[in-house]
Amino acid sequence: MSALIAADRLRRDYEVTRGLFARPYLLRAVADATFSVEEGTTLAIVGESGCGKSTLARLLTMIEPPSGGALTIDGRDVAAGRPEDLRALRATVQIVFQNPYGSLNPRQKVGAILEEPLKINTALSATERRDRARQMLAEVGLRPEHYGRYPHMFSGGQRQRIAIARALMLEPKILVLDEPVSALDVSIQAQILNLLADLQERRGLTFVFISHALAVVRHVADNVMVMYLGRGVEIAPTETLFTTPRHPYTQALLAATPVADPERRGHRSRLAGELPSPFNPPPGCPFHPRCPFANERCRRETPAMLPAGETIVACHGVEEGRIPSRPPVEPLDATVSAI
Amino acid sequence: MPLLDIKNLSVSFETRAGAFRAVDGLDLTVDPREVVAIVGESGSGKSVAMLAVMGLLPASATVTADRLEFEGRDLLGMAPRERRKIIGRDIAMIFQEPIASLNPCFTVGFQIKEMLRRHTALDRAARHARAIELLRLVGISEPERRLRAFPHQLSGGMSQRVMIAMATSCNPKLLIADEPTTALDVTIQAQILELLSDLQKNEGMALVLITHDMGVVAETAERVVVQYAGLQVERQPVRELFRSPHHPYTAALLAALPDRARGDRLPSIPGVVPGLNDRPAGCVFNPRCPYADDRCRTVPPPRQPEALGGALCHYPLNVAVEAAQ
Repeated sequence: MSALIAADRLRRDYEVTRGLFARPYLLRAVADATFSVEEGTTLAIVGESGCGKSTLARLLTMIEPPSGGALTIDGRDVAAGRPEDLRALRATVQIVFQNPYGSLNPRQKVGAILEEPLKINTALSATERRDRARQMLAEVGLRPEHYGRYPHMFSGGQRQRIAIARALMLEPKILVLDEPVSALDVSIQAQILNLLADLQERRGLTFVFISHALAVVRHVADNVMVMYLGRGVEIAPTETLFTTPRHPYTQALLAATPVADPERRGHRSRLAGELPSPFNPPPGCPFHPRCPFANERCRRETPAMLPAGETIVACHGVEEGRIPSRPPVEPLDATVSAI
Repeated sequence: MPLLDIKNLSVSFETRAGAFRAVDGLDLTVDPREVVAIVGESGSGKSVAMLAVMGLLPASATVTADRLEFEGRDLLGMAPRERRKIIGRDIAMIFQEPIASLNPCFTVGFQIKEMLRRHTALDRAARHARAIELLRLVGISEPERRLRAFPHQLSGGMSQRVMIAMATSCNPKLLIADEPTTALDVTIQAQILELLSDLQKNEGMALVLITHDMGVVAETAERVVVQYAGLQVERQPVRELFRSPHHPYTAALLAALPDRARGDRLPSIPGVVPGLNDRPAGCVFNPRCPYADDRCRTVPPPRQPEALGGALCHYPLNVAVEAAQ
């Protein structure tokens, strides 16, 4: 099976002016991102705020052009930016945003929200558009009478259903989901995740699932890419990543995530320090100031993404065999509940 | 004697559509040095209940309680001047949005020292020294320099540390933390939770943790109170709650966690939390409850005995498990 999305050393820079005479600053939001997504699978992109995951979403949805590298979606080259390619691809890739309170126009009725993509991109008649919108409402678990209502009449979970319906109106192949359940309560989160799983199965959709919630990622993803400060640090099949994380940052991220099981309450290995400013990234490996395994080489040389078993990881320590791959939760007898 | 003793606390708000009961009959005791978590989804009344304890609700709120005592002193009947001496000094609170909680117009140092000026007899130099000590205690590097920083110069995690420094400046006996880590990244969340439990252990402070994150509950709390639509539906020690929940809502909430799910679909709870004007008759959870029958739809459920988690339910779950133990 060939990859539906292929990114090779994808880059996005922003120029930030600091003043009238100062040299503009180069902010590297995404650097050297290399990954691919097979048709019908889910790639999760994980990382903390400022790691570039939302910028990556903007590149994949062609809201912004890449500054460098190659991005191929559905066999068409995005980086080249030919208008006819982009027009075709915009229907192929759709996005669902985090906050369903901000992403729906409060002055449009649900029907109008759903029909707008059809109005702009297709030559369907008004009746056909209405039929499509009603079908889509049913497919995402809303009732036909919701067609004539305004977004404020819906709860957060229902609004997210509307946002998903809108994204599906043009029958895309790829859905970019930017933190789709972060703003929702646990019981509603489960409903939306199930809906997404149903839609993926029924329509053979490919998902790029951006999230910081690792438990959710483990549940939905086939593959996971962990990002830190604009760079991918580790890509692996989901179970491999969660059972044998290789990169020290992935290990720290998993160890820091609270486990919903008081029997396994343990000693969390705490990652010291905070994310460095992306304006002034550290030289060498971006993670070295917080990494317990960093040495001279890490401070000097930026590590490349290299395969290690099923995993692809950017770490000198892993390459040299200095860093053990260890399970995120220590065995039970080692954890002493201290509180 | 418990530190905080709440019996049958209710809060209602005057709205145009009539009185809305945000909290209905909350019972809570917190012992010295204890960590209690209040869990619930949005609209469950968990924050409002604690704001009522702090006396921070707007004038449109009516607070009633059979008992609302801190160290045996009645908070409701107390003169406002007396109450303000306790609030901030003996009971402190931190909030979800650390950046919005700090005043952007004043330096961090000024805001911490303001607490000390109000509540302690320290002189200027001693306040300065204490402020530096506090920042060091919450793990902020270069505390002398940070005292002169304005809130916008700090990251979210850093702001929450400052809030914690401020809240703990007068060695409170009780700290109420309202979703203290929800706005923060995972690695920073771990740091803040560890800081809170260190303070709780070393300074002998009791902690009330308001959260919706079951992971955070499992890692930090000793006892858990589950709120749903203003009602306290269950209360249990943390291990027992996760092992054998008695209220169907608690059970469903735990089952819906992606961490605990098996298979590719999550056991979700149908429907939504009832809002302002659509509280159902009978049990509030009945429209979403898989076990509900006609009795649940008409008769408000009784409070089960403490051995069954005080579950507010006609048909509590896991009864056999409890009987076998």
